Amino acid sequence: MGLYHFHLPDVGEGVAEAEIIVWHVKPGERISEDQNLVDVMTDKATVEMTSPVDGVVLAVHGEVGAMMPVGSVLVELEVEGAGNVAADAVAEKPAEAPEKAAKSIAPPLPKVEPSPAVTSAPAPAVAVPAASSSVSAGRARKVGEAPFAAPATRRRAHELGIPLQFVPGTGPGGRILPADLDAYVAAGGASGGAASVARERTGVTEERILGLRRKIAEKMQEAKRRIPHIAYVEEIDVTELEALRQDLNAHRREDAPKLTLLPFFIRALVQILPGFPQINARYDDDAGVLHRYEGVHVGIATQTPGGLMVPVVRHAEALDLYGCARELARVAAAARGGSAAREELSGSTITITSLGTLGGIVSTPVINHPEVAIIGPNKIMEKPVVQGSFLSVRKVMNLSSSFDHRIVDGYDAALFVQALKRVLEHPALLFMEKVA
Amino acid sequence: MSGTLTPKVLVVGGGPGGYVAAIRAGQLGLDTVLVEADRLGGTCLIRGCIPSKALIHAASLFAEVREAATEKGRFGIHLDTAPRLDFPETRGWKDGIVDQLSGGVAGLLRKAKVRVVHGWARFSDAKSCLVETAEGVVTVHAEHVILATGSRPVELPFLPFGDRVLSSTEALSLDAVPDRLVVVGAGYIGLELGTAFAKMGAKVSIVEAQPHILPLYDRTLTAPVTRWLEKAGVDVHLGAKALGMVDDGLRIATVDGDEIVLPADKVLVTVGRAPLTEGWGLEEMALAMDGRFVKVDDRCATSTTNVWAIGDLVGEPMLAHKASAQGEMVAEIIAGKSRRFDPVAIPAVCFTEPEIVSVGIDVADERHSVGQFPFQANGRALSMDAGHDGGFVRTIAEETTGRIVGIQAVGQHISELSGEFAVLIEMGATLDDVAAIIHAHPTLSEAAHESGLKALGHALHI
Repeated sequence: MGLYHFHLPDVGEGVAEAEIIVWHVKPGERISEDQNLVDVMTDKATVEMTSPVDGVVLAVHGEVGAMMPVGSVLVELEVEGAGNVAADAVAEKPAEAPEKAAKSIAPPLPKVEPSPAVTSAPAPAVAVPAASSSVSAGRARKVGEAPFAAPATRRRAHELGIPLQFVPGTGPGGRILPADLDAYVAAGGASGGAASVARERTGVTEERILGLRRKIAEKMQEAKRRIPHIAYVEEIDVTELEALRQDLNAHRREDAPKLTLLPFFIRALVQILPGFPQINARYDDDAGVLHRYEGVHVGIATQTPGGLMVPVVRHAEALDLYGCARELARVAAAARGGSAAREELSGSTITITSLGTLGGIVSTPVINHPEVAIIGPNKIMEKPVVQGSFLSVRKVMNLSSSFDHRIVDGYDAALFVQALKRVLEHPALLFMEKVA
Repeated sequence: MSGTLTPKVLVVGGGPGGYVAAIRAGQLGLDTVLVEADRLGGTCLIRGCIPSKALIHAASLFAEVREAATEKGRFGIHLDTAPRLDFPETRGWKDGIVDQLSGGVAGLLRKAKVRVVHGWARFSDAKSCLVETAEGVVTVHAEHVILATGSRPVELPFLPFGDRVLSSTEALSLDAVPDRLVVVGAGYIGLELGTAFAKMGAKVSIVEAQPHILPLYDRTLTAPVTRWLEKAGVDVHLGAKALGMVDDGLRIATVDGDEIVLPADKVLVTVGRAPLTEGWGLEEMALAMDGRFVKVDDRCATSTTNVWAIGDLVGEPMLAHKASAQGEMVAEIIAGKSRRFDPVAIPAVCFTEPEIVSVGIDVADERHSVGQFPFQANGRALSMDAGHDGGFVRTIAEETTGRIVGIQAVGQHISELSGEFAVLIEMGATLDDVAAIIHAHPTLSEAAHESGLKALGHALHI
């Protein structure tokens, strides 16, 4: 029997620590090789940590939400053979480790400790009467008849802000049972006949901000704290662009992806960014160094079930329109599915954020630090537009944008957006070798 | 102790309301100061519930022993010489109990980290008071104030307390048993003390302005008490008015309008208690009143934010256990819990002979089913010689639901059943519940079971 320490491995370049998201094992549990031990989150990728060995879990380190440094011991395992902890290292903490081992060896075998399945079994049994005593099942209380319930039930109802006269009682004589109150609450506090009575809701739920939400919170705060944003909004006539896009979609080859507007925006950025090298960049403000990039790596703000993520279309300058669309679809799907690698979630040099039809008319996007610019197309609207002496209906879209004023002056920001407008309004420019 | 204290909670009054509020506040981690001018324990502990029950117990034992010294004896027990009562010794025993309990309260407050300031509090505004202590003046500014000043015996203008005219307080600390005692007011306090002194050998008369004793209870319940008083030779003058003291005793007007003099060495006036609303600066606090009581809502909140009032100060019933429950609740509210005072019933007990308990409603109408079971049919009552004084348990339930809404009992030792009665009513028990609960045999509690069965129409032992 040996002691095996599972350390938090280096999960990505430059990652010094990772957050514990969920534990899959607990002390005393017997596990096998490749079994999932714990999920940790680095930057924006969640990584499953699997066990390299068979063994029995002696101890786990780090609560959910804790930041664990790379190299720290996450799991202590007892394994057949020598393990990976030298005997003298074990001896360093005399008595404690063996005692721990003795404690946890006793209960590890199945059935000694009730498994989750066993412990959860009584719960449905309790819940069934509550659920079956549906809210309408109680004896109807006559007008003027006072409800009655045990003191603890009355106290709980009061704490929940529920007047008991609206809670049907299924107990003897119409007594309101704890389960009746549960059912009433589960049904959203509605009851037959008295559903129109509004009541105050006084509950407050505490939620620890963990995982992706915490990452987003930290990133946003960092961006707003460090970067003096300037916002700029311009109107763009996308009638021709839309006509082109619809034509391409109508005549697309079977293996070609359907095009949204995003690949066109990426193309537009690729076309104009060589003229604005300070905008396709990352600003290391601690070092006071601006890294200008020749390649265009476009971050795409993407809503995932867990929250906002920014997968990256790398080297967009080397992709054609369909290549952009394919890569975009791939990284966005990976982000949504939680399978995006760290490389697919970092390294962008400029970001696009679009809510599509939810895009509103104006937004003030937050720059994806340490980048220096972000563009946010708003929704397309059909609008009457004066053209010459005619009034025509045009597809018009606002383009909101934010820039890091430390690097990008308002003048340059305006030039950049005007260039973008020119390319988008004359879609042929998207495909020219070089835009003047 | 002098200087300024700025606790989170200031409790004024160390009675069963105040000290319980302070303990609970302390338990909840609130910085709490309790101000009390007298010893800890309040009326209940020092000059009410506890000393009177001690006296009643001693008096009952003396009466039983005295009975054993008669020709007839008692269950074959005969004493050749009559027992002798050394009343100062009896009083000493009673005072020992009070000392023990008062010291116990001090210990409990210490354990809850409550600071006790001994002195009379006088408020200068709703959140600040000055306390004159033996060591100097202490100023207390608190975030929350709990008023628990309690009540005092009501004095009759034509029978001022002093010399021969006693309140319950003095009656509990007499040096000797008076030969002739007249009790004015046949509420539970007057009857309890009058009964005790009668058992200790005093010639007791009772004067009551209402047409019957214990006016708050129905006559079925009080009949056994009336019968005992008759048997014990206590003169009861109902519908009579006390007029004033004369040399030989108390002059009264009887129900027929005749003026007579009841010979008396002492006259005990127990015509009720009034909330203690004077002398501590209530007038500076701008609190809304409800008649003579401080007005509170169902959280015991007064009209001023974070000023709370509990116990006798806020209304009837003036009972220690009500005050304690309110005190506990207010401490929890201050600690941030959501609470309100919503008892279904507050039990009331008279330690008369025999005892009376009433919980919940006591007047049944056509919407109720009622079951009454006599202690005469209860084995335990008979075995304690408690079955022949007309005692019974009565259960009142809603006809439609079977829910028990009131239980009353009269009989020896039945004060101890008040807990079961209260639990049944508070838990919302129905007659079927009581019927299904096995009650231990042989105990008086079987009468509670049987009265429930009776209301269902199938009592077993009658």
